[in-house]
Amino acid sequence: MFDGGAKTIVWDEGLIGPVSLIAPYNLLKEHEVNQMFSLSEGSISSAASRKIIFLTRALPKMMDSIAEHVHSEEQKNHRREYQIIFVPRKTTLCETRLKNRGVYGNVKGAIHEWACDFFPLENDVISMEQPLAFKELLIDEDPTCIYSAAQGLSTLQDVFGPIGKVSCQGKAAKHVFDLLKRIKLEKGAPEKMTGIDHLVILDRSIDLLSPVATQLTYEGLIDELVGINHTKITLPSEKFNNGEDPGKKTIILNSSEELFSDIRDKNFSAVGDALRKRAKTIAAEYEARHGQTMQQMRQFVARLPQMNLIKQSLAVHTTIAEMIKEITDSFPFMDSLLVEQEFMNGIDTDKIHPFIEDQIGQQVDIIKVLRLICIQSITNSGLKQKVLDYYKKEIIHVYGFEHILSLSHLEKAGLIRVQQSARPFTVLRKTLRLVVQDGSESNPTDMSYVHSVYAPLTTRLVQHLIYKPGGWRAIQDVLNSLPGPTVTEEPFCDIQTLDSSKVVVVFFVGGCTMAEISALRFLVQQEEAPVELVVATTAIINGNSFTRNFMEVLNLK
Amino acid sequence: MSAMITAEWCPVGKDNFYRKFDIYQMNWDLKFDNVCVVAAQYGGPVAVIEDRKKHNAVQGLSKPTIFIYSASGQIISTILWNSGSIIELGWSSTEELLCVQSDGIVLSYDLFGNYKHSFSMGDEAKERKVIDAKFFNSFKGTGVVVLTSSFHFYLVNNVLEPKLRRITDMISTKEPPSSWCVLSDERKSRILVAQGKSLMLLEEMSTSAQPICADINSTHTEITGIVSSHDNQCVALFTDTGKLWLGSADLRVKYCEVDTQWRSKPDDFVWCGSEAILVLWNRCSLMLVAKNGEHTTFAINEGMSLCQEMDGVRLLSRYKHEMLQKVPTVTQEVFRINSTEPGSFLLEASRQFQKGSHRSDEYLRLVKDKLKTAVQQCNEAAGYEFSHETQKLLLKAAQFGKSFIESSTENDKFVQMCRTLRVLNAIRDYKVGLPLTLIQFRHLRTGVFLDRLVLRKQYYLAIKIAKFLLIPEEQGESRILALWACNKVGQTHLQDDVVAREIADKLGQAPGISYTEIANKAIDANRSQLALKLMDFEPCAKRQVHLLLRLNEGKAALVKAIDSGNTDLVHIVIQHLKVHMSLSDFLYYIREFPMAQALHLKYCREHNKETWKSIYEQEDDFNSLGACSIREAYEPKNSSTMEMILNSAAEYYKKGKSENYQSLCEEHARLLRQQRAMQEKLNTSNFVGLSVNATLKKLLLMKEHKLAEKLKQEYKIPDRRYHWVKIATLGEQEDWAELERFSKAKKSPIGYEPFVDVCLAHGNKKGAELYVSRVCDDMKVRYYVKLNLFAEAAKVAFEQRNPQALSYVQSKCYETHPDISDKIANMVAQLSSKK
Repeated sequence: MFDGGAKTIVWDEGLIGPVSLIAPYNLLKEHEVNQMFSLSEGSISSAASRKIIFLTRALPKMMDSIAEHVHSEEQKNHRREYQIIFVPRKTTLCETRLKNRGVYGNVKGAIHEWACDFFPLENDVISMEQPLAFKELLIDEDPTCIYSAAQGLSTLQDVFGPIGKVSCQGKAAKHVFDLLKRIKLEKGAPEKMTGIDHLVILDRSIDLLSPVATQLTYEGLIDELVGINHTKITLPSEKFNNGEDPGKKTIILNSSEELFSDIRDKNFSAVGDALRKRAKTIAAEYEARHGQTMQQMRQFVARLPQMNLIKQSLAVHTTIAEMIKEITDSFPFMDSLLVEQEFMNGIDTDKIHPFIEDQIGQQVDIIKVLRLICIQSITNSGLKQKVLDYYKKEIIHVYGFEHILSLSHLEKAGLIRVQQSARPFTVLRKTLRLVVQDGSESNPTDMSYVHSVYAPLTTRLVQHLIYKPGGWRAIQDVLNSLPGPTVTEEPFCDIQTLDSSKVVVVFFVGGCTMAEISALRFLVQQEEAPVELVVATTAIINGNSFTRNFMEVLNLK
Repeated sequence: MSAMITAEWCPVGKDNFYRKFDIYQMNWDLKFDNVCVVAAQYGGPVAVIEDRKKHNAVQGLSKPTIFIYSASGQIISTILWNSGSIIELGWSSTEELLCVQSDGIVLSYDLFGNYKHSFSMGDEAKERKVIDAKFFNSFKGTGVVVLTSSFHFYLVNNVLEPKLRRITDMISTKEPPSSWCVLSDERKSRILVAQGKSLMLLEEMSTSAQPICADINSTHTEITGIVSSHDNQCVALFTDTGKLWLGSADLRVKYCEVDTQWRSKPDDFVWCGSEAILVLWNRCSLMLVAKNGEHTTFAINEGMSLCQEMDGVRLLSRYKHEMLQKVPTVTQEVFRINSTEPGSFLLEASRQFQKGSHRSDEYLRLVKDKLKTAVQQCNEAAGYEFSHETQKLLLKAAQFGKSFIESSTENDKFVQMCRTLRVLNAIRDYKVGLPLTLIQFRHLRTGVFLDRLVLRKQYYLAIKIAKFLLIPEEQGESRILALWACNKVGQTHLQDDVVAREIADKLGQAPGISYTEIANKAIDANRSQLALKLMDFEPCAKRQVHLLLRLNEGKAALVKAIDSGNTDLVHIVIQHLKVHMSLSDFLYYIREFPMAQALHLKYCREHNKETWKSIYEQEDDFNSLGACSIREAYEPKNSSTMEMILNSAAEYYKKGKSENYQSLCEEHARLLRQQRAMQEKLNTSNFVGLSVNATLKKLLLMKEHKLAEKLKQEYKIPDRRYHWVKIATLGEQEDWAELERFSKAKKSPIGYEPFVDVCLAHGNKKGAELYVSRVCDDMKVRYYVKLNLFAEAAKVAFEQRNPQALSYVQSKCYETHPDISDKIANMVAQLSSKK
């Protein structure tokens, strides 16, 4: 579909980021993609090539845009050949939409599917890049993402070999597994001897605290404060070249950069030291150029390009770290973090908290306030009716009535709720050691370092499943207190397990945070048994994006 | 022993041996004199009908019967013929019986005499009648050619997809052809025709008849017979003077010309492979003529029928079913008397070894260097044998020789041959009656071969063989089971339940099974109930759903679609149901399926707001209705009636027992009303739509303290929040005097930090200093630092004996105020010494 002369791609904007992970622009150029347009804005009439390819997700509104483009081109009497590529698959709903808009004839026979469910973010992270999946699942009760997830995992099997056994927790996780079983019936198991030893599927609903808690790893903080989009961040460029050249600078964050892969998972408080240490060794290496034999000199010159690279990335990350430090050292950040950590420790969770009240009074960013209320509600296993009502009223009074549906969505998702009789969180905190007080941030011994005191429940479950004796069977009581059904190490396909290394895939239905990924990486490095870990997720989320997805702010247009 | 084996060999000239051996003893009750016997190739079934020439004579007296036998003479079925008169019988490559009627209709039947389909050879054939017909193997399958009474040929290359072609006319259409045959190569089919002594090639209409000459020495007036070999490379001609001419298909190369001494046209003559031709005069003589002109005659005293195979001829007679073939080279090498081939010595060595004789070693020594060849020869030769004894003999020899060499390829070949022979022996059993030779077996692909077993309803054997030959389940076991199921479905005398259960029990969830195909067969057989039951087992949801929709079983389709998790399928079914049901029925129906309902709701939200609401109404989902109303209230067209809509939203929430949301809605409606009143009263706009806080702030800015107070009372604004707003407002107005008054009027519930902050925010450092002393102790250090009062900050920190606070202060003034920094260093030292 990519051969045969010059062509123009018209993008569904939601796909530009994810697809760039696989096919960056210069690769597309090699395939004679000359121009690119966005579906939602502008006109494609300036496109020079005859071939027009629409690359889109199966969303009805995208079909409308396609129809508009096609109609306007027809009015201008431009002769075009259209193609639509659906990612990951087309739907009848969309085809009907195209028919109703009267353009189905123009594209009939040229509708393709690109069954790309997972996009690679990293060597060990793949994402469906569907940030709205969890909201659609909980609020709209639309399980399309479950189906895509199962299809994606099935494709994963075709590529990496069959899955040996499966464990899951939570309703959506079980649903994914059930569909995976169905697909296996339809397609049969891939014929390979080795593959994925263990697939762990976790429903985001079992742990709503981790996504709203403030992440304190380097990468997590960047995501929280700057926002990472498909491994890219955009920063004001004057920070990087002494105030000259205003504008934006785009930086790609991935493990191909040695320095970044070294510090990304560290607690932010340890990043400064790491950067300083690196700077010192590099400086020492530069120093070493004096008084050397020719041989040594030659080696030095050979290493020079690499050293320059490290030097450059050192400069970049020092700047980023300084920007972050400015925020994390500020009182608002620290005060808020303190309250968050008190909640996690179970302090003052059951009453109206004056800090939250004051935050509302000062009308700080509503997302920050909502996150804190969510944390309080979760750590208290729900708020007293009186407390919850009070918060709601305060928010409506200060931020306006237009937020009422956002509140109702958060409630529907279980992020804020009224307390029931049982208090499972307190039990969970103790039995799973979710809060570890004496953890070191710079030289951690427990994954709780990623939030400084709090170990994400999801990753703790993975730790128990893979490394603790008895696995999940030993903590059956705990699992029972979590929402949804549990599946423990159910055999799926026949595979040979290699002694050398086990492949474990942890799949988050509803998204996971950078901190969770860091915690899992830490876990694997920490333990003796060799495990190759791959994190799969519907999307990378952070407290801000996660909370924002539940917002429905009304306005008088 | 080898003497016994070579005994049935028959030399034709030098170094050329043919052998004739029994395949089956036949116990069919056939008089070969007055029947026409047609056997299918590849050991296929045999159709028998009364000889049509004799039958024609008594036409109209009785309807003929066609008997179908297996190759081993077991009766399979009978067809009571009640259609037109039959001109020619034949078998297709898919083992269907083909009958050409005189009206040009070609009918096909399966092995069991069930009518399959038919097609016509055109109007001319219908009107002028067909006088002759021949079947042939074409490049596309099985073809048929008919000759009409007006001496025109019509041709079809593939009976499964009949596409009629008119063949060009003979040079003279006045007289009938004296003989003809079809020659088919990879691209086209042609007809070789003799009219009297002249020969010509006919193709499709586009070209004219092409005269062609054969180099026949003898004088003759007519060519009475033409046959082509199985591979269409060779042709044999028979003249009225009893001469047999063999040559290449294009007649350019002449192999030989033999005088048969017979004037009458042979009853049958067919090629035996492409090396020799077999000529039959019934009850008298069977003559074998090799290409080099050497010939031999077998004496026969009974009627028989010949069936041409790719590697020989099968002879069917009253008591016997025999095979005549050229002795395969490798067999000759091993068994020929005085053979010096290694295989021959190995065979002898093995024999001696089994006798326990030391001579074994001597023989083995003779072939020491060529042991590998010897093993290969014995192994391969075993494959060509029909007798189990001979097979064993040769395999034992191969195994014996194999043990002296190390070669995994020989091992593999040996195992492969054992497997193949086991399968061949199993299917040659007279109960199955499929006498394939090794060459034929290899020529038919395994899939085709399994299909043949399935055609004979030998499902069990087919599955066993598929498993034994390690054929992937999808192509082997699963496929056979599916075919079995298709057959089962056609048995209309069985109950739906029984059939469905039997099929499901057998097939289970074997990979690659398509229940849809079986269900489609059931629909073909008018058994939609059975089809529905079968679809329960179909693993592919998409196929399941589409088939159910085709059967108009929308409800069942919905269940399957939901189970599959494929939301698109659910949408497809929803659209289908909406078309086929009344809206109210539909809405009532999908409430049982929450997922379908949720998806439909999501769809309606975009496409049909009315339905959307009515579903919530039907469900008494008051909270969702409340949310709908709120969204409605925010639609621009409803700006004037917003309060009313919000009140109805509140009503919904009340019914939904969400008192909290109810009161929020009511409160907002009230606020809107009051804001309108305020606008009128204060003669300004911009109140409507503000939040409570913003309203309060606006009132304070306008110094409407009374109204502000009233608002505070009415909306129960807590003191803390009131303070935040008031302080912020005063800061904005830079009314520092009022701020001071406010700070003194009442103890601030939010402390005095906000006072400092607001002053700082509006650049009033002096003002800020007023309040800093009243800041709570915990915050004092921080606030002194904020005001750059480092000395004071240090003092407080020292009094609080807080070294961390001290170093914090120090870090802030380290560069700007080195003197204070030094002092702090002192203080830290003092604190630490006191400990």
